[in-house]
Amino acid sequence: MAAFGNPADAIIIGAGVVGCAMARRFAIEGADVVVLERAPDILSGASKANSAILHTGFDAPPGSVELQCMQAGYREYMDIRAGFNLPVLDTGAMVAAWNEAEEDRLPELLQQAHLNGVRDARLISRAEVLSREPGLAAHVRAALLVPGEVIIDPWSSPLAYATQAKALGARFLFRAGLQAARFDGEVWHLETPAGTVTGRSVINCAGLHGDHVETMLFGEAQFEIRPRKGQFVVFDKAAARHLRTILLPVPTARTKGVVVTRTIFGNLLVGPTAEEQDDRERPDVTRPELEALIARAVELVPALAEVEVTAIYAGLRPASDEKHYRVHSRPEAGYFCAGGIRSTGLTAALGIAAHVHALWAKSQTASGSRHASHPAMPMPNLAEHLERDWQVSGHDGIVCHCEMVTGREIEATLASSLPPGDFGGLRRRTRCAMGRCQGFNCLTRLSRMTEGRLPVPLSPEAGR
Amino acid sequence: MSESACDVAIIGSGPAGLAAATELKRLGVERVVVLERSDEAGGIPRHCGHPPFGMREFKRILTGPAYAQRLVAEAEAAGVSVLVRRSVIHIGPRGLLTVATPNGTVEMKASRILVATGAREATRAQLLVPGVRPLGIMNTAALQAFVYQERRLPFRRPVIIGSELVSLSALLTCRSHGIRPVAMVETHPVVQARPSFFALPHLIGVPVFTGAEILTIEGGRRVTFVRLRQRDGSETFLDCDGVVFSGRFVAEAALAGASGLCLDRGTGGPMIDQHGRSSDPRIFVAGNVVHPVETAGHCWAEGRRVAGAIAADLKATAGPVGHQPALRVTAGAGLKYVVPQRLAIEGAATAHGLNLRATGAARGKLVLSGADGGRLLTQSVRAAPQQPIRFSLAGLDLRSGTGDLLLTLEPAP
Repeated sequence: MAAFGNPADAIIIGAGVVGCAMARRFAIEGADVVVLERAPDILSGASKANSAILHTGFDAPPGSVELQCMQAGYREYMDIRAGFNLPVLDTGAMVAAWNEAEEDRLPELLQQAHLNGVRDARLISRAEVLSREPGLAAHVRAALLVPGEVIIDPWSSPLAYATQAKALGARFLFRAGLQAARFDGEVWHLETPAGTVTGRSVINCAGLHGDHVETMLFGEAQFEIRPRKGQFVVFDKAAARHLRTILLPVPTARTKGVVVTRTIFGNLLVGPTAEEQDDRERPDVTRPELEALIARAVELVPALAEVEVTAIYAGLRPASDEKHYRVHSRPEAGYFCAGGIRSTGLTAALGIAAHVHALWAKSQTASGSRHASHPAMPMPNLAEHLERDWQVSGHDGIVCHCEMVTGREIEATLASSLPPGDFGGLRRRTRCAMGRCQGFNCLTRLSRMTEGRLPVPLSPEAGR
Repeated sequence: MSESACDVAIIGSGPAGLAAATELKRLGVERVVVLERSDEAGGIPRHCGHPPFGMREFKRILTGPAYAQRLVAEAEAAGVSVLVRRSVIHIGPRGLLTVATPNGTVEMKASRILVATGAREATRAQLLVPGVRPLGIMNTAALQAFVYQERRLPFRRPVIIGSELVSLSALLTCRSHGIRPVAMVETHPVVQARPSFFALPHLIGVPVFTGAEILTIEGGRRVTFVRLRQRDGSETFLDCDGVVFSGRFVAEAALAGASGLCLDRGTGGPMIDQHGRSSDPRIFVAGNVVHPVETAGHCWAEGRRVAGAIAADLKATAGPVGHQPALRVTAGAGLKYVVPQRLAIEGAATAHGLNLRATGAARGKLVLSGADGGRLLTQSVRAAPQQPIRFSLAGLDLRSGTGDLLLTLEPAP
């Protein structure tokens, strides 16, 4: 591919949740944006796996950029979600104490929540905990109730941001990992397998590779990514009736700990683990950790002992050598970095985008003209508690029976403006093959439907 | 929402469902409807492009798809209405079914319901197999659908996990399409189907590793290798481009469970009595959702038998016969499950027999005892772990006041 003509206003590196939100914010504000993604699809790195909770920031460090971005992101999500048809499962969360030491920490967590502006957080007694959640193990002692914590669709949300960005003119290049970079004093020249891209600014949203990108640009990086693996176990939909509220542990200094929560898709999920590793490409699952997660879930919600496992997966979070977000910039070199967004990225993404855009805009002499209107586009609903496509007449039959995905949904996704780049992308956009049979029934049909339409095909060879 | 009504609604169009439907018509039941969620009726045999199917039913050897077609044709010829693309979402009280169709959700009323939703193979996720998640990992059913229905090769050199009959079916499927499995791997210490069957992989040079632990599945976009720890502790890399998870069948019982039927821990499927009656007197159950898994022929015969019970129940004047006094049958030491789990005490005073599965290789004596611990019947047994075992109840009078029954395996010394 030849170099693009005029330099873009900004090149965003990485199409994870932060990159997608960034592209949307820049596009809305009138910037000419190119997004470079090394994978065949958006959300292929850290954003692939998270616990899908929209956090209030009740336990974030007071006064931090992280807290500010989380709360701004939360507000913006709630403001825009109706236009995008993005679902919320209004569950609230409980930080449950299971022993005396944990119980002793609840007042300080409450104080922190109030300090962070989460004023509706309150302590509830064991009796109240159990009346809200009769499925919890009897040894629960008390809890901090945080009503504002809710469950969202972790993939449709960033897809919505990216789709709107694209509609406003942002260009997405896939399989376009950064290979070399040069700044000529005015313009960055970025070489990728998809061609050389030029732009006056670079916005680093490269997640797990953020420090490598920074090193490629400047020969050194101000931070170091230390991938933290999180494994998850998803229980069958039969589990969801055993727990309504998100169940959070009392956090430790290092991690928010293991969460038990419903998903917006009607399952119940337990995870993540927090395992440091060097490898940035290989989020593998391991049996002892999966077994420990299941045991933990059963310990807290005993009825889960009788429920089948639907899925296991692992993701890598881009934690860094320091606990806080690594948001910094070199305006003279047109460089802005949103790095080290480790586990609150889904909540904070819209806030991070607004924050970084404001930093960027300050450095610009002539600012672009904001789009007068930027209509949201409704996303297909995948939330189990709202109307799904199979409930609407004329859907051309159900392809994935476990997750009730219709032929019409698959076709619409393949024909959408940001179609999936691989099978994982199709799964995240439609739920197909994500259910209890993991493709036992539908894999072949999906292979046929996607033939020639996925850059990475499901089944490579014609048989005989 | 439109409402329609029938005498018997059958959920699932595999061998059990179709055999029951045909038999119900033969017995004079008027409105028999089969509801199939996929695009085509026939169930799992549709995927199995190889013989032998149909010996018991049609006295000839057929491939799976030909067999499935005959079952469908036979049912339709008998006047059964076989409806595809009908997903039953819920079974409500008094036989009210909620059914998703391409034209929206409809309700349907049935005097009796037969649940024949079958079984599926355990997934890699359920088995908690470590590693990453590249393309090329699937169950036997998906492999067979790929090669027989779509004429696609999902891989060239897979590893087959499992050693049940279906694992050998996966091996045959591969070999007849130019796919060369590199190994069969069983995590249990012994093969799960009859050991004599494993002459086949040996004959064609496919090693069989038993007692092996799967340490990891690795790959990028596609699978590149599987690492095993062998029984002797040594590690082996299997260079491969796919992994087939075969067998370890689980009952497809989500609908039954969500609709409130009592499920059995051993089978994972609904509890039934010897007539296939579930914990809800209007709902009967047959086929592999009851006992994961038996052969198509077994399910076919069972479907016919349960159809007889449903027809008799429909003729009874005062609604469903409902639950009569019954004996519980429990799987004790050494046994994974016993089906049926209840024996209704009725006029005939006898029952067909019990189907069971041991927790491992079974060699010794099966002992049926009553509530007082007294031995009622014994039978010697020698079976591979996943080999179906029949326990005859001949000579047992259900009315003789034995109390609940316990079946155990006494291993041979």
